[in-house]
Amino acid sequence: MELQLDNISHRYGDVEVMRDISINIPAGKIVCLVGPSGCGKSTLLRFIGGLERPQSGQIIQVGEPPADCINPLTFVFQDFALLPWRTVEGNISLALEEHGLGGHRMDEIITGVLDRTKLTDFRNALPKQLSGGMKQRVGIARALAVNPAVMLMDEPLSALDSQTRELLMDDLITLWTRQPFTAVYVTHNLQEAVRLGHFIVVLSRRPGTIREVVEIERPLAEREFGDADLEIRQKHLWNLMREEAMASDMELVSV
Amino acid sequence: MSETALAPTRSSVAFRGGGFAPIRIRWVGPLVFVVLIALLEYGTRTGFISNLTMPRPSDVLATFVNLWKSGLLWQHLLPSLTRLAVGSAAGVTVGICVGVLIGLLSYVRAALVGLVAAIFPIPKIALLPLFVIWFGIDEGSKYALIALGTFTPTVVATYGAVDNVDRTLIRMGQSFGLSWFSIVKKIVLPGAMPGILSGMRISLAIGIILLVAAEMLGAEFGIGAYILEAGSLYDLERLFVGVSVLSVLGVSVSALLGLAERRLLGWRT
Ligand SMILES: Nc1ncnc2c1ncn2[C@@H]1O[C@H](COP(=O)(O)OP(=O)(O)OP(=O)(O)O)[C@@H](O)[C@H]1O
Ligand SMILES: [Mg+2]
Repeated sequence: MELQLDNISHRYGDVEVMRDISINIPAGKIVCLVGPSGCGKSTLLRFIGGLERPQSGQIIQVGEPPADCINPLTFVFQDFALLPWRTVEGNISLALEEHGLGGHRMDEIITGVLDRTKLTDFRNALPKQLSGGMKQRVGIARALAVNPAVMLMDEPLSALDSQTRELLMDDLITLWTRQPFTAVYVTHNLQEAVRLGHFIVVLSRRPGTIREVVEIERPLAEREFGDADLEIRQKHLWNLMREEAMASDMELVSV
Repeated sequence: MSETALAPTRSSVAFRGGGFAPIRIRWVGPLVFVVLIALLEYGTRTGFISNLTMPRPSDVLATFVNLWKSGLLWQHLLPSLTRLAVGSAAGVTVGICVGVLIGLLSYVRAALVGLVAAIFPIPKIALLPLFVIWFGIDEGSKYALIALGTFTPTVVATYGAVDNVDRTLIRMGQSFGLSWFSIVKKIVLPGAMPGILSGMRISLAIGIILLVAAEMLGAEFGIGAYILEAGSLYDLERLFVGVSVLSVLGVSVSALLGLAERRLLGWRT
């Protein structure tokens, strides 16, 4: 299944948030969205996930999601969004209970995703007992459990320290390599973008428009921390971003 | 740098954290009761407190034991407990439902918030004659009075608690395709539970007050009737037996709620 964003524009009251955004999200690829704060990345992601409607433009789903897909468009949230009163297992089953899978099948799925995200020992822990990195693993496990056609990730690693972030990035790459998934990945962190993105969409400051789309052909599994060639890409992205960031910084001051 | 320079003074950093985190201390609560009762006993025995102003705790206890032995205690207590249970169960249940609806549906909120605010400050006991006409002089009017009295504070506490449920959790539920009912059952209600339970502490206390008031206005049996009778005879011992039973009732209700909180809200940090 593929997604096409077609001329998305939106304003909140007087604030024009984004203008004419068209992006293709090909199956099995990770598309990273980067851009200065407030340019509408989270808003765009909510449009893609159907949690909000853009004022103009549309999001088109090309092809049907695979038959075994339980929840085609699935979010991984920046602040984890785990139910504090449910255990790790309960949080994952929340996403499955609605779909009449039967206890045995559900148990199988949960065991599978806990194994893939290295959470097997924490099956019965409450969120308050978990570290931040662990909580986001649960968030990722919950998303994987419903076998999404497209994962929508809004700065999933930004609440974590840089070591945990490295580890989880490696985990994501392993997961993708084992079974390629489609994802839209919003981030502030250009290093994350060049490690995980097949395409990197750079948005301008508000109102968000597309500045440039950078494609990185090198397979995810071959990208290393501190790769020279990735460094160059990252520098290029940084130059694009810096102008926008500086300009939007000045705007905030003048408000 | 010379060796002879004065050594810098050394002192440990002053501690200024701590506090603001209530912990459970079991013995202080009972101790307060024991000390107060001991003081009263001592005062009435030495004559420092006149027997006309305060009954002696040991006499009150003796009266209580008599009441128990004669079987009259249960004759008064059982109807009271039934009224409290039926009335407040009805009031709290309907209150939680209405509170959740006010919290979630804009039209219900627009329609009912004003109405609830208008009913809340009415002393419900003033409506007892009305309830007697509507529901009869017997149990019906008492149930209705207690139900209405517990209903309003429950509604207010519940919709406040629902407003405070983390919206990102609700969006999360929607993003996984949960139905409206599942979101209410699995996300809104558990999330609002802390607020609902603390609201119930207030509602149930109000329920006890109304119970006694209703029984004073017309009941053969019940703690309120017992207290009224003792009061009109200026029988301070029996009056205090009745009042103490009410206090114990209040403490038990609060203990039960505390138990429920520890059971249901263990997930809180
Ligand atoms: N529900 C809303 N109502 C009004 N304005 C909103 C709403 N949601 C977002 N905005 C505004 O829209 C703009 C874009 O917000 P959005 O959260 O999408 O930005 P972002 O790119 O995700 O920023 P960040 O990088 O800081 O997360 C911001 O100026 C924000 O104030
Ligand atoms: Mg954002």
